Amino acid sequence: MSTQPVLASDEISFAPQHADNAAFMKTVKKVTIILSVITIIELGLGLLMYNLSGGSHLAVLLIKGVVVILSLAKAFYITAYFMHLGDEIRNFIMTIIVPLALFIWFIIAFLYEGDSWRNLRNTRAGSYKPKTEQTVPAVKPGAEK
Amino acid sequence: MATAAIPAGTKWWGGGKSPFNMSYGKAMMWYFLMSDAFTFGAFLISYGTTRFSANYWPDPNRVFNAFPGFGHANLPLAFVSLMTFILIISSVTMVLAVHEGHNMNRKGVEKYMFWTILGGLAFLGCQAWEWTHLITGTHHVLVDGVVKEMATTVSTNPWGPLVPGLMHDGHEVGTPGPVAFGGFFFGITGFHGFHVLSGVVINLIMYIKVRLGHFDQRGHYEMIEKAGLYWHFVDLVWVFVFLCFYLV
Repeated sequence: MSTQPVLASDEISFAPQHADNAAFMKTVKKVTIILSVITIIELGLGLLMYNLSGGSHLAVLLIKGVVVILSLAKAFYITAYFMHLGDEIRNFIMTIIVPLALFIWFIIAFLYEGDSWRNLRNTRAGSYKPKTEQTVPAVKPGAEK
Repeated sequence: MATAAIPAGTKWWGGGKSPFNMSYGKAMMWYFLMSDAFTFGAFLISYGTTRFSANYWPDPNRVFNAFPGFGHANLPLAFVSLMTFILIISSVTMVLAVHEGHNMNRKGVEKYMFWTILGGLAFLGCQAWEWTHLITGTHHVLVDGVVKEMATTVSTNPWGPLVPGLMHDGHEVGTPGPVAFGGFFFGITGFHGFHVLSGVVINLIMYIKVRLGHFDQRGHYEMIEKAGLYWHFVDLVWVFVFLCFYLV
């Protein structure tokens, strides 16, 4: 095992060599456990939603919000530690992260658009008040065996 | 972190060195992955828009409840959690392969690349099974007052609301669900699966190059690092595919 950093080019002075193998393995183990635990929590919340179906709409919405935040946490751990983005120069990190902020507008605008479509369709663009109850489709005689 | 000494006051953008202290190839891999994130993001957001515009959307726990070898047992989320863990573990072995590369340990890189490739193939196998199960498995659906058999494809969706009280051959009868469901599901998981496939091919090429000693000759294992970035990205995208299709 060499102690000199292995450089890919003359223009680079940084080599992501881990001076301490044990410390590195500890980080990898920690991140693996964090990712696994978050996934298990997500699965638990998913099953909870399944069992709550038909229950309180607000509770399901709340659980969905928690699951989204947990997924973002997973994304952070993968990029920061597995992809070593956290070890790069701050300016470089910003060139990756700042453009992704577009997603904030992207998600809000398009989901709002989808919801608006649903309302316009259901109300015939406001000219009609929809029934809130679902009706059972007609069954032709002979379909039931 | 080992860092060679840089004279104090050196300007990063003064020329003669990489302003991000990073090789061109690695920086461009990052920017490629960022643009790929926008592609996946656009797909997932269009799925979200369509879903928000629909009055009814199938419950993923009802659609994805099968596990190979367990027949018709109702096991929501079980198989997809297996797939998720396969990807997480193969991501961990990739991290270890990159680490062994930094230590110039050829045998170690070889070992962990092998396990990473195996994980990728296992994931693709799982996805093939899941797709086959959805495309060939039919369900009873009431169409125009007649009970028909319908599978989950890009043009048919048997996962609409159930017809209360109607049974057919001992099974509950549903109504056709939103057709867009299959297109988005197969389109987005297929696009992700294609990334996994190309990741496996890239890793395979890297594995062969490691075995041939190409990186020892070159003096560094940076190519493993770039392949690793791509592989981790595949895992990163799965976090969101898993969230959007299976969890919420």
